[in-house]
Amino acid sequence: MHSLLHLMQRDLRLAWRRRGESYQNLLFFAMVVVLFPIAMGGSEAKLAQIAPGVLWIAALLAALLSMPALFKDDLEDGTIEQWILSRHSLIGFVWARLLAHWLLTALPLLIMAPFFALALHLPEAGLATLLLSLLLGTPALIFIGGIGSALTSGLQKNSLLLPLLMLPFYLPILIFGASAVQVAAEGWSAAGQLYILAALLVLSLVLAPFAIAAALRLSATQ
Amino acid sequence: MTEKRTMSPLLKWFYRLGAPVWFYPFAGRLLPWLGALFLLLLLPGLYLGLWHAPADYQQGDSFRIMYVHVPAAWLSMFVYFAMAVSAVVALVWRLRMAEIMILSSAPIGAGFALIALVTGALWGKPMWGAWWVWDARLTSELILLFIYLGIIALYNAIEDRRSAGRAMSLLTLVGVVNLPIIHYSVVWWNTLHQGATVSKFDTPSIHIDMLIPLLLMAAAFKVFYGWTLLLKMRANLLEQDLHNGWVKERIYASKTAPKNSTGRVADKGHQYD
Repeated sequence: MHSLLHLMQRDLRLAWRRRGESYQNLLFFAMVVVLFPIAMGGSEAKLAQIAPGVLWIAALLAALLSMPALFKDDLEDGTIEQWILSRHSLIGFVWARLLAHWLLTALPLLIMAPFFALALHLPEAGLATLLLSLLLGTPALIFIGGIGSALTSGLQKNSLLLPLLMLPFYLPILIFGASAVQVAAEGWSAAGQLYILAALLVLSLVLAPFAIAAALRLSATQ
Repeated sequence: MTEKRTMSPLLKWFYRLGAPVWFYPFAGRLLPWLGALFLLLLLPGLYLGLWHAPADYQQGDSFRIMYVHVPAAWLSMFVYFAMAVSAVVALVWRLRMAEIMILSSAPIGAGFALIALVTGALWGKPMWGAWWVWDARLTSELILLFIYLGIIALYNAIEDRRSAGRAMSLLTLVGVVNLPIIHYSVVWWNTLHQGATVSKFDTPSIHIDMLIPLLLMAAAFKVFYGWTLLLKMRANLLEQDLHNGWVKERIYASKTAPKNSTGRVADKGHQYD
């Protein structure tokens, strides 16, 4: 347990020392959101209608684009090999890394999301649900995406492979996340969608680290 | 030698299937039989389905595309399931033949998914009036195709064949956990967005004259999968083991004596894997 906290602390400290890069993910999210009003016209009614989908797609793409860096450097300099060799569980390390990654990439996005929602004229009734759905959905996105990241980190090229592998698996989260916001914005209760999101979250938190650990072992030995 | 005597016949069979030297000629001998069985099922299935079965009272003759569409859709799921079973074998016992099986199955499964999608679109045009409807089953079939293509892309991206095989097995397993979740969320999404798209094809009962050709075609497709799978596995084995002893031995053997006794090579099976 102590070593896991230590790893998280190290990841956060490293990110803090390179804080010049930390806003990139958020900036990407903002730019994707901006693309939609520009492409579809800024009429309030139309934007309010597509806002849940737009915000969720932007969050999904932002999570996806932060994925390749998750293990790559540590795989190249041999840190992952040390994780595998250490007496602590590899799954624990994976957990700590992914949690730190969520804090660094998704949390700022969560904080800024309401402002973008207002810019897209999302009805205020949907705001709380938007935050809740992102809170439940983004860790699931990161944990599932971690599988693809671990599988492709050992490769030299092929930056497109990771999204190709992982997008199909992101569908359920997108479906229930966007639908929760949509339903809430129309004034209904989104409890059902949020429960399913929570179930998907638990499932990915528990199962994905096993697959990620297996994929890391594979990438480290190849 | 003592080990060999105590080994159960089933286990011995299992290990033999895992050895390319033994598998290659075995699959070769199986191929013509499977091809014959395929034709034996396909021809009556096609005849009964395309000529003999009565036209549907609503859809007329256009329902007959079902005899290709439905077996292809079933097979696209069956192939994935078979790959997932093989992936467990590949990851638990590190059996190379299981990896070859996944590698060879993925393009076949993708092909079936593509056939199901194309025939679905052709069927949808007269029935729904549109080539593509965001119907739950069509959408999850499309996602299944994407997952197949992703598995193939992952294999092609990794240089080392064994690592590629294991990465592919892992992704196949991740997919089999996710596929039901994806399917049911797409179904849920569909009922929410589409209202009730009453699918005419959901009729629970089907006339016996329509059912028999459908089952024949389904069986024919399954045999066809087995046939193409063995063909592709043989091809992949040759390609991967090009510089391996047994391939050279086979080439020389086929040059000197075309009908080589396979029993001689079978004893060496364990050495190569």
